[in-house]
Amino acid sequence: MNNLPRVSRQTWRFSKDIRILGSGVATGPLEGDGPLGKEFDCVFEDNYASEDSWEKAERKMLGKAVDAALQKARLTGEDIDVMLAGDLLNQIITSNYTARGLDLPLLGLFGACSTSMEGLAIAASLVEGGFVRYALTGCSSHNSTAERQFRYPTEYGGQKPPYAQWTVTGAGASVVGVGTAGPRITHATIGKVTDMGIKDPFDMGTAMAPAAADTIMKHFQDLNITPDYYDLIVTGDLGKVGYAILKDMLKDAGYEMSPHYRDCGMMIYRQDQDVFSGGSGCASSAVVTYSHIMNGLCSGKYQRVLVVATGALFSPVSFQQGESIPCIAHGVAMERVLA
Amino acid sequence: MAGNQSMQKTGWKWSKEGYAKHAEQYKPKKPVAFNCLKAFTIGGLICALGQGITNFYIAFFGFTEQNAGNPTVATLIFLAVLLTGFGVYDNIGQFAGAGSAVPVTGFANSVASAAIEHRSEGWVLGVGGNMFKLAGAVIVYGVVAAFFVALVKKLWFLIF
Repeated sequence: MNNLPRVSRQTWRFSKDIRILGSGVATGPLEGDGPLGKEFDCVFEDNYASEDSWEKAERKMLGKAVDAALQKARLTGEDIDVMLAGDLLNQIITSNYTARGLDLPLLGLFGACSTSMEGLAIAASLVEGGFVRYALTGCSSHNSTAERQFRYPTEYGGQKPPYAQWTVTGAGASVVGVGTAGPRITHATIGKVTDMGIKDPFDMGTAMAPAAADTIMKHFQDLNITPDYYDLIVTGDLGKVGYAILKDMLKDAGYEMSPHYRDCGMMIYRQDQDVFSGGSGCASSAVVTYSHIMNGLCSGKYQRVLVVATGALFSPVSFQQGESIPCIAHGVAMERVLA
Repeated sequence: MAGNQSMQKTGWKWSKEGYAKHAEQYKPKKPVAFNCLKAFTIGGLICALGQGITNFYIAFFGFTEQNAGNPTVATLIFLAVLLTGFGVYDNIGQFAGAGSAVPVTGFANSVASAAIEHRSEGWVLGVGGNMFKLAGAVIVYGVVAAFFVALVKKLWFLIF
């Protein structure tokens, strides 16, 4: 195998010592009450985060996550050369307004719930290419802002099916750069848009599982590895339904995922928290990756982790017009470096 | 499977053609019978409450059976809007389904929830413009259906 950054059409290898120098997470109260709650940097007591609209609350959360990430990286906004951020709202307003307050060069991203790893992969490649010294990447979602945009008003009494998902309220951010501390980013696999014809916007797990399977299989093939190369593989927000589908799909393709595979959307909430199939949204993968997985990679609980963030690229207009849901998944591989 | 869209290759168990059907087995089934029972019970309770309110207006405020309907509907709407504002009605709706969506309380909830949701966009374009976002369809097709039913009735009596 050569050592060029381009491994294949989809997979990139980072040869510089690119690290996640610091990461931060802010969430709402329901997420804070979940099993990973104590690993979050900031948990707001109410979904409004003391603001007067949910949109402002979401911005505040992204701002808090960015602050925490910068603080842990022992850097200030002055040191950051580019910010890569995205969210679920029209014209990615959360990211744009957060960057307004930070006085940073911004590249706005939209990859729906796959934005977290899209941002991390691009951040690492910009550092690898020498265009930036330190890159800041982050994303956010809010249950109420997402519900209002994609579905119904939050207080509307419609009944949701048991396979629906719950948009995570929160934000995650990280600082990427060449350094000596923190987990190393080794590879990234960029996903292709996969559409298997699912049209039900409540059934995101079924829609997104094939996209995740495609990216994971491509990653294994390109690097000539098997699932046990990693001691943790997570998908962003497939929920219980998509989790089961992905596992069987990869099994039928010859990859046994079971012992190492988990889903961020299922890790955030307890079984009894009434979130149907599990969490979803940009924040799902970001919140878990930038708290629990970072901590695990620093403490030695995990040695090698593959995070595959999954996104459903539909809009309220597209599904009302009867279009199926195109999906995407981006994977980033990280490993612990012994000091 | 190098190169090509590996998940979408034809002939595989998970190919696009049969995917939606094949994936169906992974979805938890909607408990349809139990949901119907819940809808029947809660919907019935809301109607019984309405009947209670009607009887109350007849007994204490001198309404007749014919005109007690108006204050009864107003009272139910008021209660539904109050519960929507307190953030309770959506939980009732998740439990009761059609049982809380079909009565007048469900209509009130769809108007009030949209109004609350869009308050941050202002009183005119926010609340005013979006209040009937969900309920608008009910009004439009309710009026259209009523018109045609009335037309048919009128024609029926003209002919026979």
